[in-house]
Amino acid sequence: MSNISFEDLQQVENFGHSLRLPSYYYRPESLDDIKPFLDIAQDAGLTINLRGAGRSYNDAALNAGGIILDLQAINRILKWDPETGLISCEPGVTIKQLWQHVLSTGWWPPVVSGTMTTTLGGCLGMNIHGKNNFKAGTIGEHVLEFTALLPTGAEVTCSPHKNGDLFRSMIGGMGMLGIFTSITMQMNRMHSGLLDIQAWNAPDLGVQLDDLDSRKDQADYIVGWVDCTARGRGLGRGQLHQANYLPEGADPDPTQTLKVDFQTLPAKFFGLVPKSLLHYFMAPFMNNTGTRLVNTAKFLLGRDKSFRQSHASFHFLLDYVPDWELSYGRQGLIQYQSFLPKETALKTWSEMLKLSHQRNLPAYLGVTKRHRPDGFLLSHAVNGYSLALDFKITSGNRRHLASMMQEFDNLVLQAGGRFYFAKNSETKPETALVFLGQETIAKFRALKKRCDPDHLLDSGLYRRVFEGA
Amino acid sequence: MPEPKKPSFQHSTPLQPGRKAILVGASSGIGAALARQLADQGYSLALLARRKDMLNTLCDEINQKADQTLARAYPHDVNDYESISTLLQSILADMGGVDVFIYNAGISLPVGLKKFDFDKDRRTLEVNFLGALAWLNPVAAMFQSLKSGQIVGISSVAGERGRVGNPSYNASKAALTTYLEALRNRLTRYGVHVLTVKPGFVETDLLAGAKGTFWVIPPEQAARDICKAIRTHKQDIYTPARWRWVMLVIRNIPSFIFRKLVF
Repeated sequence: MSNISFEDLQQVENFGHSLRLPSYYYRPESLDDIKPFLDIAQDAGLTINLRGAGRSYNDAALNAGGIILDLQAINRILKWDPETGLISCEPGVTIKQLWQHVLSTGWWPPVVSGTMTTTLGGCLGMNIHGKNNFKAGTIGEHVLEFTALLPTGAEVTCSPHKNGDLFRSMIGGMGMLGIFTSITMQMNRMHSGLLDIQAWNAPDLGVQLDDLDSRKDQADYIVGWVDCTARGRGLGRGQLHQANYLPEGADPDPTQTLKVDFQTLPAKFFGLVPKSLLHYFMAPFMNNTGTRLVNTAKFLLGRDKSFRQSHASFHFLLDYVPDWELSYGRQGLIQYQSFLPKETALKTWSEMLKLSHQRNLPAYLGVTKRHRPDGFLLSHAVNGYSLALDFKITSGNRRHLASMMQEFDNLVLQAGGRFYFAKNSETKPETALVFLGQETIAKFRALKKRCDPDHLLDSGLYRRVFEGA
Repeated sequence: MPEPKKPSFQHSTPLQPGRKAILVGASSGIGAALARQLADQGYSLALLARRKDMLNTLCDEINQKADQTLARAYPHDVNDYESISTLLQSILADMGGVDVFIYNAGISLPVGLKKFDFDKDRRTLEVNFLGALAWLNPVAAMFQSLKSGQIVGISSVAGERGRVGNPSYNASKAALTTYLEALRNRLTRYGVHVLTVKPGFVETDLLAGAKGTFWVIPPEQAARDICKAIRTHKQDIYTPARWRWVMLVIRNIPSFIFRKLVF
């Protein structure tokens, strides 16, 4: 009998609150505590999934019936050099810890997610991108070196030049090849804690995508919001936000704006509503009519404007309203994100938006970004755009949503598109086979066999996409 | 020869979360009927029983009808106590969760009106009660930790009075009923639901050759009542329902009369 006990079981949820599955949940305090779990899992015939902040919308950080190791407590910053901007961290260090550690000396993480609660281990495991993907690439492109513990017990050091194949597949490898033990990254030099922001409306999806493309050479960051409820000539209308770093000397008081306190997000909305309560006020609008109303108002009130905003305010929109996901109700939400080449994006997404209207299943939020390809094995990126759509789940719409997701998958694959494994929850093995290709999957499987011959690392995502069919 | 790898269950996704059940004592009678009906409702099922061939046939029938792997067979003897924790652990890993646990294993070994037979009595208690305890302990620990789940125990109207015909069967079902009640009282506060099912006469192997039976119902009817009780979170049902009133009378027959009865 192993040391695993039924009393250690917990229902573990995904970020979208759309799936709750039982796992034996452990939170090791140090790297030394991880290794014994490999033996325990092997003895019990169970698998392990590594979990950071659990901010994936799907089953990437779940492991139903298996072990979950929550690595958030292994979160020391090991080395920081404010001269060179090089930082070494343990995998549980969050984006929040990271920017708060480096900002005052004039640095900022090169790639950040829409929430600062994510851990570096998770960010590397899924190879996250930010609103600057077209310019900065994914987070993996800023990693100089990492060390990892493989399930075989071997400890490896990987960089683009050393164990390069492992470097390019562990980053984006969904945590299925090994456990990051330290991560060394290059930070970005900043001359201010502020960003120059420009905001403007796009009357339809075509203009929105054209703007994302034409601004890419002058913008440091660019992101679009899509009103997915708009039909007809306004199909895919929305707003764009472009952000640029301030050149040296442009900020009259950089020592002030580079302070962590300056970056802190407001505690109240309109100076009145505590933001922890805001999701209760959002919930009544989380239906087709309410969303249409709010989106229309947001679009019509949108004006061309330029202003300055702190880094944290611009980047971490998902942290503005704590627990915003709860406003989607008890059944939660799913996100469907697709990546399409420049040439096919407009036609395909227009079809998808129309389909969602026909089915009366509009997305309540749509976000566009501009991307560039990268050299990682399980890459999601393309020379084109991404569109992320949030759908509310209700007890009555599951079957209809599932069949629409399947139609979406077909449209995206026909258009030469790709998917990102931390987002979509319904991607099937045959879909992954088309966009990744047989050869890539075989390569990953071979690496998995080499690094994890006893198949100790597993996740809902890996079982669903790579072990099925 | 290694066993061929079993096909895996459907993965849970937000749009197809799926319900999952473990059914102990699934190869025939109420168990098999319950398995078929739960499969019709889309449940993934871990089916346990001693009789491997019958179990495999049932799984094949269910999976062919559903055109996917809904049921998997786990041959098991409920008195193999040592194996239960590990088996539960591996079923949990295979299915990715358990929403409903059903204990339906039961035997009846009548000893004749003038005979006494400890071996038969012990065997009856081992299957009907000790097997249940051996399963319900880890299952209760699991559901208590998860703060959710449904436990279903198939007891019997026979547990409500001690009769001349089958003392150990009566005692085993009385013990099971009381144990389930205690579990309910312990676990309700953790969001776990416990259902006690008390069938009357059901047309199963248990009833073969029994005399003096009446209101005999097919196992499918009992299974329908149980499925409905699971859905509506009942804590205690008789199947068919009229047994509730019959048992109200029987429970209140004074001992001086009951002693003279021969059923």
